[in-house]
Amino acid sequence: MSRVTLRGWGRTTPGVATVRHASNESEITATLESSRALIARGLGRSYGDAAQVSGGTVLVSDISDVGPVDDEGVLDIGAGASLDQLLTQCIPQGWFLPVTPGTRQVTIGGAIAADVHGKNHHLDGSFARHVLEMRIVTPSGPATISPDLDGELFWATMGGMGLTGVVSSVTLKLLKIETDKVLVDTQRFSNLDEVMSEMTSGDENFRYSVAWVDCMTRGANMGRAVLTRGDHARANDVSPASLRAPAPARLTVPFDAPSGLLNRFTVQAFNEAWFRSSPRRQLAKPESISSFFHPLDGIRNWNRLYGRRGFVQYQFCVPEESSDTVRHAIEHLSSSGVASFLAVLKRFGPANPGPLSFPLPGWTLALDLPVGPASLPQLLDDLDEMIVSAGGRIYLAKDARLSPEKMRAMYPKLDAFLEVKNRVDPEHQLTSDLARRLDLVGA
Amino acid sequence: MKNAFGLPQRVVVLAGSSDIARAITKRLCAARAHTVVLAGRNQQLLEEASTEALAFGASHVETVIFDARDPSNAERTVTTSFEKGGGAVDLVVVAVGMLGDQERFQDDPALAAEMATVNFTWPVAALARVRSLLVAQGSGRILVISSVAGVRVRRAKYLYGGAKAGLDRLCVGLADSLEGTGVSMHIMRPGHVRSRMTIGEKEPPFATGVEDVADDVMRGLADRSPIIWSPPILRYVFSVLRHLPAPLWRTVTDSMGR
Repeated sequence: MSRVTLRGWGRTTPGVATVRHASNESEITATLESSRALIARGLGRSYGDAAQVSGGTVLVSDISDVGPVDDEGVLDIGAGASLDQLLTQCIPQGWFLPVTPGTRQVTIGGAIAADVHGKNHHLDGSFARHVLEMRIVTPSGPATISPDLDGELFWATMGGMGLTGVVSSVTLKLLKIETDKVLVDTQRFSNLDEVMSEMTSGDENFRYSVAWVDCMTRGANMGRAVLTRGDHARANDVSPASLRAPAPARLTVPFDAPSGLLNRFTVQAFNEAWFRSSPRRQLAKPESISSFFHPLDGIRNWNRLYGRRGFVQYQFCVPEESSDTVRHAIEHLSSSGVASFLAVLKRFGPANPGPLSFPLPGWTLALDLPVGPASLPQLLDDLDEMIVSAGGRIYLAKDARLSPEKMRAMYPKLDAFLEVKNRVDPEHQLTSDLARRLDLVGA
Repeated sequence: MKNAFGLPQRVVVLAGSSDIARAITKRLCAARAHTVVLAGRNQQLLEEASTEALAFGASHVETVIFDARDPSNAERTVTTSFEKGGGAVDLVVVAVGMLGDQERFQDDPALAAEMATVNFTWPVAALARVRSLLVAQGSGRILVISSVAGVRVRRAKYLYGGAKAGLDRLCVGLADSLEGTGVSMHIMRPGHVRSRMTIGEKEPPFATGVEDVADDVMRGLADRSPIIWSPPILRYVFSVLRHLPAPLWRTVTDSMGR
C-alpha cells in the first residue's frame, strides 16, 4: 500500500491515490470493504482520468493467469492479464484476439471497462461481442455474469469504465489464424470525400480497415488520407507461414521532450513526410501483426514526446446519416491551425446493448492534440456541440475534458446505467476522477 | 474535477468579491465551473459576484462572510467554504489583500500591522487549512494572487509590497512542499491592475485590466505554469528591475508614482 501520483496516458490530470494489489477475489472484496472510493486500474492506457481516484484507493489486479485455449478457441483469462500476455501465449497456437485496440498494453479488465474496438468493428463489433462470461466483484458481492446471467449488469459493465465492479476473470472466444501476417492493401486519397466514399462502398470486403487522415491540410486536399485494409494471411499466402509472438518494444523515449516540440510546424512536416512516403496503391503486402495492429507499441513511453503539458485524444463517433459531421469537424480543425497528428478514421458497425458502450453504426475519428494552444479548449467544446447535434458521442476511455451536461446528451442510456450501478453499488464506493467529473458516481 | 486544460468544476474563492477574483470567476464559470463558493467581507458585493457567477454558467453558488483582519477565523472560513462546496474542490483562489494608504499607515503601528495581517498572516493561516484539505483529497490546485510589488519592494508601497513579498516567497516553498501530493500551486504576479483597489493611483507602465489578468490566469492554468505573470512581459521587465542598483531603482520607481 502506497500513495502514488497517477495520470492517464495523456498525462494531463494528476491525482494521488493509495494503490493496493489483489491477487484473488477475496482480496478484491476485502479492499472494497475497506475503501470509501475505489477504482480498478490496469496498465494506465486510458488517456484521461478514468483509472484514477484522487484521495481514494486504486486497485491493481494481479489475477493474470492465461488459461489453455480449447478446440473452439475458448479461453479463461485473469482480468489483470495484458493483451500482450494473451497474444504472446496464443499466437504460436494459432489463436488471435477477435478485437484488438491500437495497443497490446492494455489489460483484459481495461478492454472490458472501455469496451474497446479495433479495425474490424464494422464486421465483428466491439470486445463485448466476444466475451462469453466473466466474474465480477461488486460492493454487493461477487457474481458470474454473461448476456444471459444478469445481462443488465453484464452490459452495464461493458464500457462502464470500471464503475460497476472489479472484473476478476473472463471467458473469451478467440479467432483462429493460420499465420502471424496480415495481407494489407494500401491506397492514398487526396481528399476526405474520396476516402470516405471508398470506405462506404468497399469496407465490407475487408475484415480490417482504417484510414489515417491528415487534419492539417486545407483547401482541395483537406482530409487527404491513406487507407489500409486487410485480413489475416492464410498458410499458403505467405512463406514461411510462421506463428511468432509479437516482439517487445525496442525503442524507448527515455525522458520528457520539451513541451512544444510537437507544434503545428513539426506536426505538419511529419504529416507531409508520412503522406508522401506512403504508397499510392499497393495490394496484398504481408505485414506483421504488430506493425499492422500495434504500430506505436514499438516505442515505449511515446507519450513523453508530448512533453510535460501532455496531450488530449479526442475520439468521437457519429451515426451514418451524419457523415457530414466528420467533414465539418476536420474543416474546423484544419482552419483553426492547431497541431493534430494523423487522425484515425474508421467505420463502425452495429452498436451493442451496453448503455455506456461507445460505438454506434457510422463513423469514428480519433485525434491526438498537444495541450498548449489557448484556443484548444474552446475548439473542442465547439466540436462537442457539433457531435451532440449530430447524435454522436465521445469515447470516455480517451476523454479528459468533457462536461457532465454533454456527457448526458451523448449517452441517452446513462440513467439505465446509473440504475444498475446503484443496485450493485448502493453506497457509491466505485468512483473515479472521470466519474466525479462527468457525474457518473450515482445518486 | 478539473479537466485536461486545468479547468475546474468546483471552486472556492477567498475574497471572491474583489475585482480580479470576479473576473477570474466569470471565466471559470463560462468554462466548466458549476459550483462556486465565494468568501468575502461585504455581503452585498458577494451577492453581486454570485449573480454574475450564475449568469456566466455556474449552477450553484454559495457565500461565506469573513474579515481578513482576524486570522483566527481563517480555518473556519476555509472549512465552511469546502463544506459548502459539497465535494472535491478543484481550485482554491486566494485573492485576499488590501493596498492601503501607505503614507497614512506607515507611521501607525496598528495600521502597519493590519497591512501585514490582511496581506500575509490571514492568507498564510488560510493556506495552512487549504493545504491539508487538498492533500487529503489527493488533487486540486491553489491560485494565490501575489503581486509584482513583492518581487522588489519599493518605498512608496513597502507595506503592501513587503507583505506580498512574504506571501510570495512562502508560497514558492509551499508549492515545493506539495510535490507528489497531487496538489499544485500557481503564484499569480500581476502588475498594476486597473480595479476598485487602484482607483486614483497613478498608472505605471505595463498596467493591465482585470479581464487581461483573467486571460493570463486561464492560460496559466492550462499550461500548469507555477508562476503566472500578468502581463507576461513583466517577467522579463522584473528580471532587469530586480537587479538595478538601489539609487537607480528609487529613481525609476518614484517616476512610476506613489
